[in-house]
Amino acid sequence: MTKQYETVIGLEVHVELATKTKIFCGCSTEFGGAPNTHTCPVCTGMPGSLPVLNKQVVEYALAVGLATNCGINQYCKFDRKNYFYPDNPQNYQISQLYLPICHDGWVEIETAAGPKRIGIHEIHMEEDAGKLIHDEWDDCSLVDYNRSGVPLIEIVSEPDMRSADEVIAYLEKLRLIIQYLGASDCKLQEGSMRADVNLSVREVGAAQLGTRTEMKNLNSFKAIARAIEGERKRQIELLEEGRRVIQETRRWDDNKESSHAMRSKEDAQDYRYFPDPDLTPVVISDEWLQAVRDRQPELRTEKLARYQQEYQLPLYDAEILTGSKHLADIFEATVALCGRPKEVSNWLMVEAMRLLKEKEQDPEDLTFSPENLAALIGMVEKNMINRTVAKTVFEEIFAHDVDPQAYVAEKGLGMVSDEGELRRTIETVIADNPQSVEDFRNGKEKAMGFLVGQTMRAMKGKADPAKVNQIVRELLTK
Amino acid sequence: MNSLLEMTAVQLGGKIKSREVGVVEAAKAALAQIQAVEPAVCAYVTVDEAGALRQAEAVQKKIDAGELTGPLAGVPAAVKDNMCTEGLLTTCSSKILYNFVPTYTAEAVLNLQKAGAVILGKTNMDEFAMGSTTETSAFGVTRNPWNLEHVPGGSSGGSCAAVSANECFYALGSDTGGSIRQPSSFCGVTGIKPTYGTVSRYGLIAYGSSLDQIGPIAKDVSDCAAVLETIASYDRKDSTSIPRKDCDFTSALVDDVKGMRIGIPRDYLGEGLDGEVKAAILQAAKVLEEKGAVVEKFDLSLVEYAIPAYYVIASAEASSNLSRFDGVKYGFRAKEYEGLHNMYKRSRSEGFGPEVKRRIMLGSFVLSSGYYDAYYLKALRTKALIKKAFDKAFEKYDVILGPASPSTAPGLGESLGDPLKMYLGDIYTISVNLAGLPGMTVPCGTDSKGLPIGLQLIGDCFQEKNIIRAGYAFEQSRKYESPKIARDAQAAAGYGGAQGGPADGIRNRIAETAGKEA
Repeated sequence: MTKQYETVIGLEVHVELATKTKIFCGCSTEFGGAPNTHTCPVCTGMPGSLPVLNKQVVEYALAVGLATNCGINQYCKFDRKNYFYPDNPQNYQISQLYLPICHDGWVEIETAAGPKRIGIHEIHMEEDAGKLIHDEWDDCSLVDYNRSGVPLIEIVSEPDMRSADEVIAYLEKLRLIIQYLGASDCKLQEGSMRADVNLSVREVGAAQLGTRTEMKNLNSFKAIARAIEGERKRQIELLEEGRRVIQETRRWDDNKESSHAMRSKEDAQDYRYFPDPDLTPVVISDEWLQAVRDRQPELRTEKLARYQQEYQLPLYDAEILTGSKHLADIFEATVALCGRPKEVSNWLMVEAMRLLKEKEQDPEDLTFSPENLAALIGMVEKNMINRTVAKTVFEEIFAHDVDPQAYVAEKGLGMVSDEGELRRTIETVIADNPQSVEDFRNGKEKAMGFLVGQTMRAMKGKADPAKVNQIVRELLTK
Repeated sequence: MNSLLEMTAVQLGGKIKSREVGVVEAAKAALAQIQAVEPAVCAYVTVDEAGALRQAEAVQKKIDAGELTGPLAGVPAAVKDNMCTEGLLTTCSSKILYNFVPTYTAEAVLNLQKAGAVILGKTNMDEFAMGSTTETSAFGVTRNPWNLEHVPGGSSGGSCAAVSANECFYALGSDTGGSIRQPSSFCGVTGIKPTYGTVSRYGLIAYGSSLDQIGPIAKDVSDCAAVLETIASYDRKDSTSIPRKDCDFTSALVDDVKGMRIGIPRDYLGEGLDGEVKAAILQAAKVLEEKGAVVEKFDLSLVEYAIPAYYVIASAEASSNLSRFDGVKYGFRAKEYEGLHNMYKRSRSEGFGPEVKRRIMLGSFVLSSGYYDAYYLKALRTKALIKKAFDKAFEKYDVILGPASPSTAPGLGESLGDPLKMYLGDIYTISVNLAGLPGMTVPCGTDSKGLPIGLQLIGDCFQEKNIIRAGYAFEQSRKYESPKIARDAQAAAGYGGAQGGPADGIRNRIAETAGKEA
């Protein structure tokens, strides 16, 4: 390859909003549920039914728009996007084309070359479609409309990204912002955050953009990174062979690590967009907008600063804890119960993160309650258990959210501080290890550590380490 | 002659209240009339005989218990077949919905039921309300009770014919471009299309969503005011519904038009208007003038742009509204097809009639990329200008008066061959929908063929009371007449019970029509 190429990437990110009810009816948005149980005449497109906008959807969209520095269209409209497909019960999707709620924003990402702004072209509100289930056994397709009408926002970026790293950084940034706003849990695997990648390549220095393709079916950050790399290579190869890139939609197959064309621009549909006459324009008053602005929660940057100031945490701790809204929530709730922020931080950063890594989970998957972690920290502080035992108990809290006091009592893990019992055990240990006693008396401090360790072992880790140290020293120097 | 059937809805309601007439008795009288007249008139798609009698008994109990005291309690009514009725076939007179039984009831119908209405059945209409003659129905052509060789008008032709032939005491219709007012005019009954947003559209199967309104059809203005008062409601399920505090329409039933300013658009009296219709309209204006109204002619601009703007907007909305009828979830699905795309294509090709297909194609065209600005946006701008022209007129006038249609009811089969001519027949009614105004038709005479002529009264937004007052004052000058077929049938009628009918006591024309096709 003699020429130098630049990759140009823009993203369309769909985010499922965390409203309790759907965008145009009162049905539950809860994930799962038997097929077609969260449905009504509106979200199944029954004749005569009419949509009514869920106000919370507008508020979430506004919150995301404000947090991403967007302009707000205080007069916006819904449009119908017409296309036939069975997952779309009305055969049109209610979306926004002509006047989306948010426009012209940006977020800042960190890159190797320093901070960089990624432009946001627009954010619009729309409804999700149902789910088709293809029954190969019976050779038929079934439709589940539980997801039909679940509210989405689509965040359309400018083509400002140049590498997979930038794309991931941008997505991470969006995810954090939206999670902090409580507008969505943004889980790629469950589909509550979905990204379509628009990618083109051009020679470095070229003024014009190359022909782009759109890639769909990307459901993890890793898949996105692999798809970008794959598509970049594919397009460069085409150009190097003197062929053209065709504007088309491609489906990424992460198992095969390759993509295939779904449809080209030539057979692109005409969606015949027009304003939905069943919905009145959304008029966002200055007061409403201000109220949403006033309710904006603390976002990551602010939290990061506060953790260092208020809790005196090092930057490193603060970054990890605030790297997930859920983790930060657990941290704050635990500190509120037991104080000792650094201690809480240590448990989360060291033990919790280790266990997550072992189980290949994300901080979002943490399920234990702050009460139980706080109780555990209290027990350590009061010398009710020692650290070794505490780590075992934490694993139980992590996995099953057990009440540490009950668990310790049940398993008999309480710390043994009884002098008589300790003394008897230590006397046996000393009698069994004359060499170590000899070594210590010859000035080898380390030998004492061995004897303490043997004692702890004999006591199944439950002995009060301070007391053991004290008694061992006393008996050795007698 | 059964004088019960000649009563207006409010008169019958009064007799039921005073226990002079029983609710079941009234329902049976209406069902008997239906049995006698339907073979000739074909106003209903579905008659729910068993359900009507069940409702009648339940309503009588509530009246006896003092739970229902309204003026319409116990009065039998009919509903146009584009309003959903839970458990009762709702077809829009289209093959594509030949088997559709809704799981819920339209808000306007619920409001009627709460007021003690007894719903007799569902009336025939132009398929999906597209047409001006009720000939585009997939389930038979409704005849004009005044002359069975003529159309009843449309699209609410079944509702108007049923009221006219005494097959119900009042009916609900829907009006997108004149579909209540024009057939009311042709059938010699009274109908109101209220201000857009007054009656909930929830459960009304949409044709042109931004223009559709449900309204009452009855023998006189008093009935229409009472029914409109009952069905009007602010409904959170309909985003275009408007909260109003002035829905006490019966308070406007006053025989007094002194000082009322009435304008007649010269554009409504020009070329294309039948001479006999013109004479009757001007005579009606004179009656109001004699009663003290100030009547003058004026120029309402943009009249000629209403029809093209209407057909662009209504068809555009319809092309999208009707896309849900695809054979996937309910309704008709073609018997043979290969794959999804072909299933859509065949189901819709076989399920929709030619007029519906014409408008879906027209609507799809005007919304397609490259044409959207030139047609759809331009039509929307025209709509706004028409509204402005009316705003200006209503600075000077309380009521605008004119004909409802250029002629009386055409003969059967005369209209469909020339759709453009049929569209032009909507010229006086359509701009009212584009501007969202209330409009009413009141009978004002007959032509030399004995066919009814209707007077149209148009009010400013939310000023139904003005047209109700003018209409009420006018109708005091003449007596309501029902057609001969209605009176003749009554002489012989007596409810025979649902003999020979289906076991569930619901009769419909679906099987009958399907048989003919095969």
